[in-house]
Amino acid sequence: MAIDIEKIRGLFPVLHQEVHGKPLVYFDNAATTQKPKAVLDALNNYYQTDNSNIHRGAHTLADRATRYYEETREALRQFINASESAEILFTKGTTEGINLVASTFGRKFIAKGDEIIISTLEHHSNIVPWQMLCEEKGAILKVIPINDAGEILYEEFEKLLSPKTKLVSIVHASNALGTINPVKKIIAAAHAVGAKVLLDGAQSSSHLQVDVQDLDCDFFSFSAHKLYGPTGLGVLYGKRAILESMPPYQGGGEMIKEVTFEKTTYNEIPFKFEAGTPNIGDVIAFKAALDFVNNLGKDQIRQHEDELLRYANELLAEVKGFIPVGTAAEKVSVLSFNINAMHPYDVGMMLDANGIAVRTGHHCTQPLMKRLGIEGTVRASFSVYNSKSEIEKLAESVSRIARIKNK
Amino acid sequence: MSSIQEVQDEIVSEFEILGDDKESTIYYIMEIGGSLEEFPENERIEENTIKGCQSKVWLIANEESGKIHFQADSNTDITKGLISLLLRVLNYRSPEEIIKADLNFVERIGMGSIIGSQRSNGFASMIKQIKLYALAIQSKQNA
Repeated sequence: MAIDIEKIRGLFPVLHQEVHGKPLVYFDNAATTQKPKAVLDALNNYYQTDNSNIHRGAHTLADRATRYYEETREALRQFINASESAEILFTKGTTEGINLVASTFGRKFIAKGDEIIISTLEHHSNIVPWQMLCEEKGAILKVIPINDAGEILYEEFEKLLSPKTKLVSIVHASNALGTINPVKKIIAAAHAVGAKVLLDGAQSSSHLQVDVQDLDCDFFSFSAHKLYGPTGLGVLYGKRAILESMPPYQGGGEMIKEVTFEKTTYNEIPFKFEAGTPNIGDVIAFKAALDFVNNLGKDQIRQHEDELLRYANELLAEVKGFIPVGTAAEKVSVLSFNINAMHPYDVGMMLDANGIAVRTGHHCTQPLMKRLGIEGTVRASFSVYNSKSEIEKLAESVSRIARIKNK
Repeated sequence: MSSIQEVQDEIVSEFEILGDDKESTIYYIMEIGGSLEEFPENERIEENTIKGCQSKVWLIANEESGKIHFQADSNTDITKGLISLLLRVLNYRSPEEIIKADLNFVERIGMGSIIGSQRSNGFASMIKQIKLYALAIQSKQNA
């Protein structure tokens, strides 16, 4: 059953506007997705009817807020098939989830001479926390190389693995190129040497079916705002035994069981990692985003987005001067490209003049851009509410822009 | 040579002809970038780049019989266009004129809405750097 694109678009108020006198075409979904009305309504409802602090209040509002908050946690458990909702921690976003693991798992389990493996495809937020940890602990950061298509060289990864490897932290799907990594294979190989695996799921969570038990990853970090939910909210999944073995992240509020001036005992997971009053309204509204995705079905979403990507590649391949960047066999709906002799910023500005929103630059993956020998790319990333006619507008604009330089 | 104000008025009327169409405005900016004089290869070094620009900008200034000769370049065509507008107003003028210059054309053509706020910051850095060069050269002249 094909999805009804007009009906879906009708759920997103922000899509119905003009930019520079042209209908908005929003192709910056890898940066953040737009929010369906149900999410906006849920936020509004929370503040109008339920606003309250959770887990402690002795009154009806606090009880309602707590219930809805924990319902989202349970919805997330189902969404990624965690074995229990206590394995779902709320964070500020993907980046905070990674930093949480670096600070706590890292503090306890990484020692001098240990090795952490990442890949050339990583976003800065899956590079810098590990560099900081390695510097602090005297550990060593190793990087899996890639081929020119933007795929990691699996054999090289196997060569990097050793009993010294304590952690492999790798992106599930690349934000800059769209490459989907063979994470299941990577996880099995890492486990074989006793290493734990963190997946950066910032991009994959909205496009792919994620089953953390089937993948057998130890951590999975993602953001709500790339998944039709609010900004400033993320999720870190961790296996119970590992989370329990980790020291707390921040001190205060929810993470406490009992405090005396002599000693503090910490709460159970997940609360041990959720210090302070959390982002209650956004957590509650996030449930509406998950419902939206579940109602459509990830398979249908993927199919539609794949079709858009295929169509875009087909139309743009005809444009003289079009240079695709990242041509992996397995990709999410990210089209990264350059136009002959043009700076990506210039292309982005010209597209904006046509009402088309894209991202330009290095996409916070400077080492990857360096490896590819480019300064940056223009990135059009597609979502479930994008249509084929929008792809045609992109192709038409890109073709007109390319003609300036290739006339 | 027209005064700074006259050149700015010229620029404003050129942009008025382009109207509200953003695409043709950007085409125009990119096109005028082609009129920048060749930038000396040996000056394309880190010390000559302007901080605060998203794209790379190189700028140098030399005194030529009391006036300042600016040369600049960028790796993006839009930025080149913006620099060429600035230099059209300020090149080959005395340090004093440059320091005192009220660059009203920037607001009058609605630069912010043409190039967006991030690039506007870069543009402001270029203006600042040009004025700093003028101050440095003026203090050398007065020494």
